[in-house]
Amino acid sequence: MVEPPSILVEELVKRFGSFTAVDRVSFRIAGGEIFGLLGPNGSGKSTIIRMLCGLLTPTAGRASVVGFNVAKEPEEVRRHIGYMSQKFSLYDDLRVIENLEFFAGLYGVKGTLFKERIGWALEMAGLKGSEALLTGELAGGWKQRLALGCAVLHRPRVVFLDEPTAGVDPLSRRRFWELIHQMSADGVTVLVTTHYMDEAEYCNRLALIDAGRIVAGGSPSEIKRTAIRGDLLLVECAPLGRGLELIKRQPGVLDAAVFGAALHVVVTAAERARIELAAALASAGVEASRIEPIAPSLEDAFVALTGGHPGGSERAQ
Amino acid sequence: MNDAVVKVDRLTKHFAGRPVVEDLSFAVRRGEILGLVGPDGAGKTTTLRILAGVLPADSGAARVADQDVIRDPEAVKSRISYMAQRFGLYEDLTVDENIRFYAELFEVAAAVREQRARELLAACGMTPFQRRLAGQLSGGMKRKLGLVCALIHTPQILLLDEPTTGVDPVSRRELWSILYSLVFQGVTVLISTAYFDEAERCHRLLLLHRGRLLFCGTPAELKGKLPGAVLSLASSEPRRLRAALAGADGVLSAMAMGDALHVVVDDPARRIPELREQLGAAGLGFGDITTMGATVEDVFAYMVSRQEAERGR
Repeated sequence: MVEPPSILVEELVKRFGSFTAVDRVSFRIAGGEIFGLLGPNGSGKSTIIRMLCGLLTPTAGRASVVGFNVAKEPEEVRRHIGYMSQKFSLYDDLRVIENLEFFAGLYGVKGTLFKERIGWALEMAGLKGSEALLTGELAGGWKQRLALGCAVLHRPRVVFLDEPTAGVDPLSRRRFWELIHQMSADGVTVLVTTHYMDEAEYCNRLALIDAGRIVAGGSPSEIKRTAIRGDLLLVECAPLGRGLELIKRQPGVLDAAVFGAALHVVVTAAERARIELAAALASAGVEASRIEPIAPSLEDAFVALTGGHPGGSERAQ
Repeated sequence: MNDAVVKVDRLTKHFAGRPVVEDLSFAVRRGEILGLVGPDGAGKTTTLRILAGVLPADSGAARVADQDVIRDPEAVKSRISYMAQRFGLYEDLTVDENIRFYAELFEVAAAVREQRARELLAACGMTPFQRRLAGQLSGGMKRKLGLVCALIHTPQILLLDEPTTGVDPVSRRELWSILYSLVFQGVTVLISTAYFDEAERCHRLLLLHRGRLLFCGTPAELKGKLPGAVLSLASSEPRRLRAALAGADGVLSAMAMGDALHVVVDDPARRIPELREQLGAAGLGFGDITTMGATVEDVFAYMVSRQEAERGR
């Protein structure tokens, strides 16, 4: 990278007592990039974000945001970032315009810029003409665009988004991501934290974090291609329950689970398994109507990379 | 449907003069997983609350497990388990103590309770947390504990209101594998979700939007409703690709993703070579073009935008 990174994280560590929440995490994000940090509940995502916002001091390692050290210059860092979480960032009992004015004041937007930026945010969020509506009465997608507008009033160079579109209708979600891609084209760096796979697909690059460590990174398609050891097969058979029991016992089967009206089966080699599973099901009188390879989803990749340690996905802290 | 265990006919409910569920009819078979799928404000929670006998309807009929929930909402309660979005866990009790509390409430015999609790805790990876206070669990873990409590008795019908909201994919899979094993035992499940990818796990779906039914059927049937096909064009500059394809013949819509452009086209066999040619002429590079299956979200977006276009006319 010729340009200096917009966010640089090197060997970052955060301990709470004897518990290591973030364990030597490193990544760099270029200006204008949309970067997704994915991880299960309790994996250390929000601890990293809080350190990057200058709200928590790292135990070891270093991190900088647009060139400012997060531990030594937290005030500078906060001037250059915007933060949006769909659930917590707005006052429901204020009008649309009052929320914008409140956040403009909070971020120190003054003088002629005050009116100009609020006008810009209303335009961007598609809320012109709705200034007097109570925020609590807005539909989910509107509220979320207002929250984004509030988070970027001060023209931050970096925006943090925390599960920004969960529960929002698909048309609004698509419109929201369109805005984010537009901002990224204008050079704003976007860091998204989520465990909502639909949101991860909109990121240029992802890092998967589990138990405080980064376990995988790459573009969404790279992660889907490389995360799963083996191949994924879709098996439709009847009765499904007996088919599942049988398949679980077959050699070459790494994992098998029900998925809707079918089974998802991870095997060491697809071509061989197709023949062997068909034969095994047939000889047990289970009728297989379909056995074919399918492309793993980002969720399949996520589960393969973060699942399977004792205590499920969460650490006994 | 003769073997229906849930039958809803023209159900309607208003809040503050606004319809939140409008003229809703559907039926659910025994052993089926029916998904109530839609964004916030679609009417999912209201529908489940009416079926659980905790909210009266304005009009319409609903039978659940052979009981008329509109006339006699109490009769249904011993046959179902309803897990609300804010399930009542006691934060100052441990995981084990919460389970014991619900077991006593549902009059589950102690011997049955022990074994069932053990199985359920193991299935959702919660065995190491038995002695932790419920108040100290993460959001995802609380949801899982809520499910364990709701399942400590064996209901005929399980009503789950967004049990996977805020739950990570690993926990989500654990939760679904519990549901599938219940279904093999003949339990019927009604589950609501705002996650469209989760809809694929249900046997049948009700797609809801602003209190109205958009679609009822299997995920495969739903996907058949999208005309044309979704193509994925691998690219590090999806927005530039989209700009170059604006107004191209047969391109119905296009969406920039993180490392690809998703394009809905009317006829993939005909359009793929055309797209290649057009992007080549514009001097834009791109990687593989793959045909993707439409997602439930694709179809939902298509149906709602068509509805809005018709209303706008």
